[in-house]
Amino acid sequence: MSHLTDLPVWAAVLVCGLTVLGAAVALIGSVGLLRFTSFYERLHAPTLATSGGVLLICTASIICFAVLQSRWVFHEILIIVFVVVTTPVTLMLLGQAALYRDRVEEKRGVPLKQRPTREEPTE
Amino acid sequence: MRTWFPYPLLSFGLLLIWLLLNQSVAPGTIVMGTVLATGLAWVTLKLSPVRSHPRRILLVLHFGLTVAFDVIRSNLAVTAVILRGRRRPPSSGFLTVDLDLDDENALALLACVMTATPGTAWLEYDRGRKSLLFHVLDMENEDVWLDTVKRYEAALKEIFG
Repeated sequence: MSHLTDLPVWAAVLVCGLTVLGAAVALIGSVGLLRFTSFYERLHAPTLATSGGVLLICTASIICFAVLQSRWVFHEILIIVFVVVTTPVTLMLLGQAALYRDRVEEKRGVPLKQRPTREEPTE
Repeated sequence: MRTWFPYPLLSFGLLLIWLLLNQSVAPGTIVMGTVLATGLAWVTLKLSPVRSHPRRILLVLHFGLTVAFDVIRSNLAVTAVILRGRRRPPSSGFLTVDLDLDDENALALLACVMTATPGTAWLEYDRGRKSLLFHVLDMENEDVWLDTVKRYEAALKEIFG
């Protein structure tokens, strides 16, 4: 693990590229969190990090350690699976809380509690 | 068979996770993993989760590939929206779609997929009316989003039949 210098050049370039790209995606997600104006828009930004960012960085990790130890390394896939499976829990909770609060405060542009008629999408 | 392995798919999944975590397929690891997988399946029996029977492994693979492709495309789209910045703020909005999925696990999978896609956020599912309220970041092509959800729904219906 401490012999990162043993990495051949092609692998080093690939690993660096993927890591930097993944970090960039995560950073863009955070910037989005800052730039978006409404709570619901902000729900979208962190998913960039949990989908694209995690995918790219884990791929980089797989390639790095597979090349270093010259065998297949798969357990990073578990990280991807667990992140994808657990994020919806938090995001749905946050989304529902926001929806509840906005409905209580009767904010404009928030869909009402489901009525018998099919509601129109609001802008 | 059922008494020993109440949830064969769950047990198999746990065993797979155990092997991946240990990064080995040595006999000892397999034995330990099998013991754990069977034991934990018995524990799960007390929680009595909803059973479903996914069929057609090929369809699952196809669905996975479609989702992966959509997630990548959505990543790029959301990145573009964020980088565009305040010059052109996103035209986000709420959408409602009626779902015809009864299987709880299929719904859970749909929730995972829609949350993993950066452009959509799952907000509320009404069990009684079977309608889903979700939020999309880019309303410009509203029909495309509705189409996508319908496409997922059809695929999940076929898988969980």
